[in-house]
Amino acid sequence: MKHVIIGAGPSGVVAAETLRKLQPGAEITLVGEEPEAPYSRMALPYFLIKQIKEEGTHLRKDPNHFAQQNIKVMRERVASIDRAAHQAKLASGGTLTYDKLLIATGSRPVAPPVPGMDLPGIFNCWTLADGRNIASRAKPGARVLLMGAGFIGCIILEALAQSGADLTVVEMADRMVPRMMNDTAGNLIKDWCEKAGVTVHTSTRVTAIKKGSKLAFAVEMSTGETAEFDLIVSATGVKPAIDFLQGSGIETDHGILVNRHMQTNDADVYASGDVAQGRDFSTGDYTVQAIQPTATEHGQLAARNMAGHQGAIHRGSVNMNVLDTLGLISSSFGLWMGKQGGQSAELLNRERFKYLNLQFEDDVLIGATSLGMTQHIGVVRGLIQTRTRLGKWKDKLLEDPTRLMEAYLASTQAIGFNAALMK
Amino acid sequence: MHKALQLEPEKCTGCLQCEMACSYENEQAFNPSKSRIKVFNFHDEGRFAPYTCSQCSEAWCMHACPVEAIVINQKTGAKEVIEDVCVGCKVCTIACPFGTVNYNSDSGKVIKCDLCGGDPACATACPTGAITYVDADHTGLARMKAHASQTIPKA
Amino acid sequence: MAWTRKILRVNLTAGTCTEEPLNMEWAHKYLGQRGLATKYLVEEIDAKVDALAPGNKLIMATGPLTGTMAATGGRYSVITKSPLTGAIACSNSGGFIGNEIKNAGFDMIIFEGKSPKPVYLYLENEKAELLPADELWGKSVWEADHILHNRHQDPLLRIACVGRSAEQGCLYAGVVNDLHRAAGRSGVGTVMASKNLKAVAVRGTRGVGNVRDIKAFMQATQAAKAALAGNPVTGEGLPKMGTQVLMNVINEVGAMPTRNMREVQFEGANRISAEAMHIPRESDGKPNLTTNGACFGCTIACGRISTIDPKHYTIADKPQYKAASGGLEYEAAWALGSDTGVDDLDALTYANFLCNEDGFDPISFGATVAAAMELFEIGAITTEHTGGLEMRFGSAEALTRAAEMVAKGEGFGRDLALGSKRLCEKYGHPDLSMTVKGQEFPAYDPRGIQGMGLTYATSNRGACHLRSYTVSSEILGVPVKTDPLSTDGKPELVKAFQDATAAVDSSGLCVFTTFAWTLEDIAPQVDAACEGGWSPEKMLEAGERIWNLERKFNLDAGLTAKDDTLPKRLLKDAAKTGPAKGKVNELHKMLPHYYEIRGWTPEGVPTAETLNRLELYEQGP
Repeated sequence: MKHVIIGAGPSGVVAAETLRKLQPGAEITLVGEEPEAPYSRMALPYFLIKQIKEEGTHLRKDPNHFAQQNIKVMRERVASIDRAAHQAKLASGGTLTYDKLLIATGSRPVAPPVPGMDLPGIFNCWTLADGRNIASRAKPGARVLLMGAGFIGCIILEALAQSGADLTVVEMADRMVPRMMNDTAGNLIKDWCEKAGVTVHTSTRVTAIKKGSKLAFAVEMSTGETAEFDLIVSATGVKPAIDFLQGSGIETDHGILVNRHMQTNDADVYASGDVAQGRDFSTGDYTVQAIQPTATEHGQLAARNMAGHQGAIHRGSVNMNVLDTLGLISSSFGLWMGKQGGQSAELLNRERFKYLNLQFEDDVLIGATSLGMTQHIGVVRGLIQTRTRLGKWKDKLLEDPTRLMEAYLASTQAIGFNAALMK
Repeated sequence: MHKALQLEPEKCTGCLQCEMACSYENEQAFNPSKSRIKVFNFHDEGRFAPYTCSQCSEAWCMHACPVEAIVINQKTGAKEVIEDVCVGCKVCTIACPFGTVNYNSDSGKVIKCDLCGGDPACATACPTGAITYVDADHTGLARMKAHASQTIPKA
Repeated sequence: MAWTRKILRVNLTAGTCTEEPLNMEWAHKYLGQRGLATKYLVEEIDAKVDALAPGNKLIMATGPLTGTMAATGGRYSVITKSPLTGAIACSNSGGFIGNEIKNAGFDMIIFEGKSPKPVYLYLENEKAELLPADELWGKSVWEADHILHNRHQDPLLRIACVGRSAEQGCLYAGVVNDLHRAAGRSGVGTVMASKNLKAVAVRGTRGVGNVRDIKAFMQATQAAKAALAGNPVTGEGLPKMGTQVLMNVINEVGAMPTRNMREVQFEGANRISAEAMHIPRESDGKPNLTTNGACFGCTIACGRISTIDPKHYTIADKPQYKAASGGLEYEAAWALGSDTGVDDLDALTYANFLCNEDGFDPISFGATVAAAMELFEIGAITTEHTGGLEMRFGSAEALTRAAEMVAKGEGFGRDLALGSKRLCEKYGHPDLSMTVKGQEFPAYDPRGIQGMGLTYATSNRGACHLRSYTVSSEILGVPVKTDPLSTDGKPELVKAFQDATAAVDSSGLCVFTTFAWTLEDIAPQVDAACEGGWSPEKMLEAGERIWNLERKFNLDAGLTAKDDTLPKRLLKDAAKTGPAKGKVNELHKMLPHYYEIRGWTPEGVPTAETLNRLELYEQGP
């Protein structure tokens, strides 16, 4: 059996390891296009602030890990695939033959259609190479513009602020992290950043970037304002890396379409991670979640199916995120925006940046948003994913959402007296 | 056969000796806020429930970690956080559906139960036998795990 | 060390919170908590100050073992000048807030002045802020607790709070922490409310470390825990029965003060006893007692968690009281029950809930209701005064209505809020007040337990069992059995208990450990934690120093030997039943000798030699 995995991010690596466990004799090739050992983008911000060295970003710390697992790692770009021949064609000219193919190519940053975006010195923060570039330029006092305050923008925001740069953030939406945080939470994060000395413009677009007179760049904004910067970091969004599939016949929408076995329209081709449009646990819809836990779930599941475990069906991944914005920790889960006909509980302490919002459908927790909560937060996932019926505890949570942990324990841990509490 | 922590809420009085023992073992100070085991107080019901990681076989935290900072201790079966490797991204804290991995803002890393390498300080400190370290096939634990695996579906 | 070596000083007048180093020289002499805070209070306030004036201060103090793994190491005390007695007040409480203050990085918090508006202290580690409490004022402790937990979205926030009774000036209001533990006696909550300080909300995550010799400490605490577990009182009686284990015992020895101490045995004792709390009731098949609960670090776990019969008249239409909460301890069961002649367990539990919910001392409250009942029976108080309420001995309704009125400061509740002494004076019968120095008696009749007569008479905070619990020796035989009906050796016994208890109260440990522990068990734990060479002898000496310092404060405040006495009833009216039948308390046989062995003049004033010996001259004016 020959497995080829395109993409050496978390999803691809977990898939390769899972395959190795299930099929000790299979030939497994992991192809990554970056000239590095497989690494984690999640860890880049920590590399930026020099909390870790480059090796600290590596997905597997033992340099011999893949060799020991008998997983062949290739640093090549796959240019196209030939389904009929069961081959992946490498940009360097070679080909790889597969019995089963997994596409785990992740996403690529998207540059906004702004004149001047192609000027030298404007960076994404996406690869280790980008990280090195930003780290060498974001000096104390440097004026830095961060375009985009989404999840990725916010994780590098901390790194940029810590570098001592004079930071400005521009975000098109009316709040920060709009795809993860509701209006209240997104604006609290904005207030928090402003209190920490970061200039934040929401509901604002960059309309043009030119060479500056004093600093490297002169930036025009939709508000009419202009400002000059030493460095521009673009984090305005990403999209699945599927360009190389053009003409392959693999069906794509926003990402690669897969079924509940992570299988594409070609029975021998699978997709996982940020590139795959996988099943969302909460809605049943197929979407690109582009988050770490989903990427590894996909990877495991795809591998089990590639190894012939037909029973491995994707029940859907809970969309969730956790973010640390200059020390303010936020998280959101599932249908944090709620559902029509559902109920919600909300606690807000604006002065102290404390926020908790729970969303229910019937007596089941379906989503949540929190600011400033770091303890036992995982039970939100647990409750959503198990569709636990909370019974009387839902009413208690409506009255006092901070009793989440009590509600969780009483509803899920059938031990001793708790069995009685569940009634 | 690995051993596991058996938690029996009906025996717990809520004294928090376990939290002190845990924090002392791990943080060299009596500091319940840094304990890996927590006692929850069901005030209106007049009950207390000690609660910590069951070292579940799914190891959600371990698989979600982007930098391989959570590894299995082969001797105890515990999933342990390697503090030097952890970058503090907190993904494991949302990934663990049991809520037993927590972020420690003082260290900037996450913390979870590691069974103290096979001699859990909480079990030693518990004055009422509500926390014991027993063979993992002990009935009470089997029941708990059965329940847990039933309610927490695989992805 | 074990001390954090830091004090938080909160000036309520100025609205400032400042840190200062702990006076370590004093710490080495007064240890912590009761002793050390008394030293600060004595140094910082004029003993003659009006207790409710801004010039009084209020100190919340932990001990060096608070927050450590020592069994029961979670105590804290509230020290101030009492509005009830005019003497020093020091009320000790368990629960979890003591540990939290320590974890926030402070040994004690000193509150001074008076806030112009209601405020609460929010303390999160080093960060201390006074925040507006307008929304909390007028709310019960339980309501305020809920609001604060929600506002700060932190289930682990520990809160000490005063209730409406304190706001309304009830002279025996306490400071309630963790919903139902309380620094209950002597009106410390009244002082807190007089400063417009509604609550103290604390979250500490710094940890308690700096133990001098951690290995020795772990060994000493481990051995001491084993001693608690192996002792029949602390290992079995208290966890199972709570302090209520005493109800039937004390009744049998004829020392159960009944109906305002007219009698010494209560025919209804078994209906309000620990045993009764275990009997399933008809309505829901559950017993009164849900479980036992521990205070921080306590391996005894004597605390009672109870529910009221859901069908009981007091709560049939009040769902908020149907949840479990702090149940009856012996003193509360006695004061609310035996002393008022009420044997309705659910009525007592309800009254106890209200004492917790609105923060007033069930001992003083119950004893004041008992005095009111006697005044009512002799016609000195009528339904005109009470708003129609028949204040008769044995009336559960009178008790529970009275509790509701005191909780909110309504109607006749305002008279009851004065305490027994002022109530009896107001209605013309001062002799009917069962108090010493204005504070109501607890649950041991000194006619049946002679040593307790001397205990009450000489207690620095007015009638109190916790200053020298000679019941231990006289009834339970711990550490040695003495005859409860004899005065022989009692001055020595009382002095030894007073000094040892003062030391224990200054350590961060609970005095209930002394059913199993002596200073020989306690000193090694303190010594391993703290520098200073804390031998049992040094602890006892510190205890004696603390006792004399408290005495000095009281003398400076204007109290004299005349205040070291008991109500006439206990000295003149003999017990009518039981083993003590025919006995009065023979205080006169004990008091002079007590003064003598204390090194005090016949007028009860410490001699210069005594003060010198205890190094009580070295500081202050």
